[in-house]
Amino acid sequence: MGALTLTNVTKSFGSTDVIKGVDLQVEHGEFCVFVGPSGCGKSTLLRMIAGLEDVTGGDVMIDGERVNDRAPAKREIAMVFQSYALYPHLDVRANMGLALKQAGVARDEIRAMTDKAAGMLSLDALMDRRPAELSGGQRQRVAIGRAIVRRPKLFLFDEPLSNLDAALRVQTRIEIARLHRELGATMVYVTHDQVEAMTLADRIVVLRAGRVEQVGAPMDLYKDPANTFVAGFIGSPQMNFLKGAALGMRSETVGLRPEHLRPDNDGPISGSVSHVEKLGGETLVYVTTEAHGLLTLRLFGEHDYDVDSVLRLGFDAARAFHFGADGLRLRD
Amino acid sequence: MSIARNQGTLTRSIAAHAALLTWTVIALFPVFVIVINSVKSRRVIFADPLALPTAETFDLVGYQTVLAQGDFLLYFTNSMIVTMASLFFVLLFGAMAAFALSEYRFRGNLLMGLYLALGIMIPIRLGTVAILQMMVATGLVNTRTALVLVYTAQGLPLAIFILSEFMRNVSSDLKNAGRIDGLSEYTIFFRLVLPLVRPAMATVAVFTLIPIWNDLWFPLILAPGESVKTITLGSQVFIGQFVTNWNAVLAALSLAIVPVLVLYLIFSRHLIRGITAGAVK
Ligand SMILES: Nc1ncnc2c1ncn2[C@@H]1O[C@H](COP(=O)(O)OP(=O)(O)OP(=O)(O)O)[C@@H](O)[C@H]1O
Ligand SMILES: [Mg+2]
Repeated sequence: MGALTLTNVTKSFGSTDVIKGVDLQVEHGEFCVFVGPSGCGKSTLLRMIAGLEDVTGGDVMIDGERVNDRAPAKREIAMVFQSYALYPHLDVRANMGLALKQAGVARDEIRAMTDKAAGMLSLDALMDRRPAELSGGQRQRVAIGRAIVRRPKLFLFDEPLSNLDAALRVQTRIEIARLHRELGATMVYVTHDQVEAMTLADRIVVLRAGRVEQVGAPMDLYKDPANTFVAGFIGSPQMNFLKGAALGMRSETVGLRPEHLRPDNDGPISGSVSHVEKLGGETLVYVTTEAHGLLTLRLFGEHDYDVDSVLRLGFDAARAFHFGADGLRLRD
Repeated sequence: MSIARNQGTLTRSIAAHAALLTWTVIALFPVFVIVINSVKSRRVIFADPLALPTAETFDLVGYQTVLAQGDFLLYFTNSMIVTMASLFFVLLFGAMAAFALSEYRFRGNLLMGLYLALGIMIPIRLGTVAILQMMVATGLVNTRTALVLVYTAQGLPLAIFILSEFMRNVSSDLKNAGRIDGLSEYTIFFRLVLPLVRPAMATVAVFTLIPIWNDLWFPLILAPGESVKTITLGSQVFIGQFVTNWNAVLAALSLAIVPVLVLYLIFSRHLIRGITAGAVK
């Protein structure tokens, strides 16, 4: 029995179906990331697991117990929100200890547990401050600390890093990964940042419009996407989608990652360079083609191309992904 | 260039201040006239109502009359009790209803909200006869309870309307964090949400407070008895059909301003102070 099991879970707001039947099993100690475009229902699904949103149909099981009708506080979960959601009238220590206090834990024990969590997140110096006196990054660390203190069966994160600036985001991401290793806890993490998804996840769940498109380890999704949606969503820059007919192939769509396209004077694709981005270690070349639209080319090292110059491209046929008219992967 | 811009802002700031000052003068003028005349002798009030009191014209006879009237303190207490009790209930029930309307999804939520807000547009005085009949039937005529009930009903619609708008803006993440930590809905309401809408509560308090304190209509109809008279009604004894004791009327009115002023000052502190900073984002 997994740490979290969803069986045909659905959710409707009035007549709009937001979650349309999700089945998922998350194992103990697993780091599971939900990704998908905005509005696909990631937060809604997470809130249903937390018990903040009623389940319209199906079962939510945490650690083998059906919790559909159980209050959030009784589910032994902890949640970290995008907006931190710290209690403004309490200092850091009280913020972190509130859940334990509500559960009737003795005062010394609360103190010991909050101190321990504070040590893990280097919050010791901030324990007597109010949320208003903390920076954004510190606030989010306190929010994470508040989650740790409870020793929940399941950690839920809803885009915890999106309010932080780039440097802090990387730092906090590493911290979350470390906590996952140290605590060995089960975590469900929502994000629309695919770098976060790829780097943190043991398993990624790709959602689209309330349905699971594909579930798998980051590299499995990258190397073996089930359809054009997943292929386009995982990997950055995005996969190029070419017209199969124009290449003389039988599949409707041919997917090629930017790094698998190369300049080739005998190549089957011709276009003109529309823009070049040099990133130091790599160069991105954007090529406009008649047949396939804008293609992205990723080259290692530094390269120079004149804008509007004509460029022919080739690729290794073994690297190409083939998709049918319905967007599903064709496997021969 | 920058000097020109500075001049531009300076002119604009002078214009703004002039407008505000004019408005302040217009608004405060009646109060000013009441206060200066309340300390003048009767003859001077009529001879030169706008003159400031001088050593000769200074006369506290109005205040002496009012205070000697004996019941004045009682009226004052009555007004205080009625206003504070009504205010308390308006804020409590208004905030609770607003929380329910903004926080919970239930059938008829929108209709309920409209129904509760309807009272803003329909003056409660239209129902005076029915209210009086009800008070007679329940034996509440000539009690302060009658006034408190009526004023609570009168104040609720606006309170619910304003507060539910504000409560919709309180971060739902914060409330949800509370739910996950095991706080009861009451704790979430009293400890998390109310402090965050304190500025709105203060606004509602001021808007509720002043009409109640100044009201003459309901005290006259529902509680004209000597022991439950409010101060606005009590001051009327000095206004006769044939003779009006202006000194006393003006003194009574001046005294009646003080408590509203004090309450306003208390609430306006909160009007300015917001404590949301740092709670979310
Ligand atoms: N209370 C609600 N009533 C009606 N519709 C809702 C409600 N909450 C969410 N929805 C709808 O459900 C869908 C999914 O919302 P959700 O917040 O789960 O998206 P998301 O995947 O988290 O998006 P984002 O990445 O922007 O946070 C959206 O189309 C939204 O409009
Ligand atoms: Mg979301």
